[in-house]
Amino acid sequence: MDIFKILDSIQKVDGDAAGRLEHSTRRMFMNRVSSSLAAAAVPTVFASIVNKAYGATPTVTEILNFALTLEYLEETFYFQANRMDNFIPAEYTLVFSQIEKHETQHVHFLKAALGSAAVDRPTFDFTYGGAFPDAWTNFMTFITISAALEDTGVRAYKGQAGNLISAPQILEYALQVHSVEARHASLVRRIIGKLKNDPMMKGWITQAKGFPPAVYAGMTPESNMVHAGLDASTLAGIGSISDDAVTESFDEPLTMEEVLAIAGPFIVKTM
Amino acid sequence: MKKTLTQFSDSSDSVMLSKVNRRFFLRSAGVAATTGAFIMGACTEQDLMSDDVVDLGSGDFGILNYAYALEQLEAAFYIQVLTTPYLNMTDMEKWILTDIRDHEIIHREFFKAALGMKAIKGLTPNFSQIDFASRTSVLGAAKLFEDTGVAAYNGAGKLIEDVNYLLVAGKIVSVEARHASAIADLINPNALEFANGQIDENGLEHAYSPSIILDGVSPFVMDKISGKNLPS
Repeated sequence: MDIFKILDSIQKVDGDAAGRLEHSTRRMFMNRVSSSLAAAAVPTVFASIVNKAYGATPTVTEILNFALTLEYLEETFYFQANRMDNFIPAEYTLVFSQIEKHETQHVHFLKAALGSAAVDRPTFDFTYGGAFPDAWTNFMTFITISAALEDTGVRAYKGQAGNLISAPQILEYALQVHSVEARHASLVRRIIGKLKNDPMMKGWITQAKGFPPAVYAGMTPESNMVHAGLDASTLAGIGSISDDAVTESFDEPLTMEEVLAIAGPFIVKTM
Repeated sequence: MKKTLTQFSDSSDSVMLSKVNRRFFLRSAGVAATTGAFIMGACTEQDLMSDDVVDLGSGDFGILNYAYALEQLEAAFYIQVLTTPYLNMTDMEKWILTDIRDHEIIHREFFKAALGMKAIKGLTPNFSQIDFASRTSVLGAAKLFEDTGVAAYNGAGKLIEDVNYLLVAGKIVSVEARHASAIADLINPNALEFANGQIDENGLEHAYSPSIILDGVSPFVMDKISGKNLPS
């Protein structure tokens, strides 16, 4: 099953889904994903989730396997980078070793929680099907992918919180991982801002600023200002505080389907 | 508590900061029960409803008031930081602290609006232990507030009944974690501290119950805050 078939299968169940998967997501795939990706297998965990009726609540096991797959992705990414000679600039080696340590801990924790139900580690392609050909030679590309993975992770966990509301302890674990991913994302984004000399690239997400665009888009894009029915940009007490700051103040969720669309091209095959 | 903040201003050793934070919470956890017993023993129900004690209330509104109380403190702190900037605050530090101030004001006003008539009153902060002229003291206190905020939201998530409010808490906690990371990195750049100390060997960040958090922040508020009716 390839990524487009999955998108199509979502659409069959819910005709509006393609519209809700941000346009930039589809455009990005069309433009960037090489033909090798058309043959890519998608992890069974993702496939089984997406094959369910759109909007059906995934089981706790499915959510944990979804999280485990993302943690495998992150851990593998940093494991490789941290073992390459002269790739990560010396001043940032502590930062990326610390991030790797946490991703490894998350993998171990989730595998222990899932036991025999845990999915295996897939094979990954960090060039994203050729879209990032210099992922392992250009630190700027590497760190751009890093920010994308961390911000996607934050949004992915946030998107599943509601599905865990009747499993309070699992919910708490998910929140405890979620904030660690946000700590990572903040520093990685700030390092990008420094390296690019871009003061608007901050630890927090202004509007939907970041790359690739799909990571910051979605049904509830990072630029959203309405929360629990309240438009935070019109709050009486915020005075002249800008809409940019309002968007920075709230991070937004991604659905499982949206995360699949973003992460799918990193995944070459399941073991 | 006084001693703790004196230590903040005496040293920029962030390893010590994290130790102080751990002690701070450990000690808070230890005295929480005692404090609760004291309030209950010393006051009648009528007293608890008086102006002397701010009751956060029960259910989801209680949790929203709990968040509102914490955001009030954070906003007041950063407003003071920017009103009386410490010596030699760099432009970058000023941008970051201004952003955070604005975010906390937005959070505060969001909860106030969401709560409407159920909102607690405006709290009176007590920042007498923070030396606003000292970078070390200010950033140490900022780190404490951000780390506390993250642990508070992480611990409150499972107490929320309405999935919409749970999502809002999720939207805010990751922004607090982004703040915590940035502040820790200002204290000790490109080191482990952006994500250290508050995270256990499973890679899980702290999650604390309201009683621990409320006791931990009590030195920074003039008002007595009661979370006795909060869900647990």
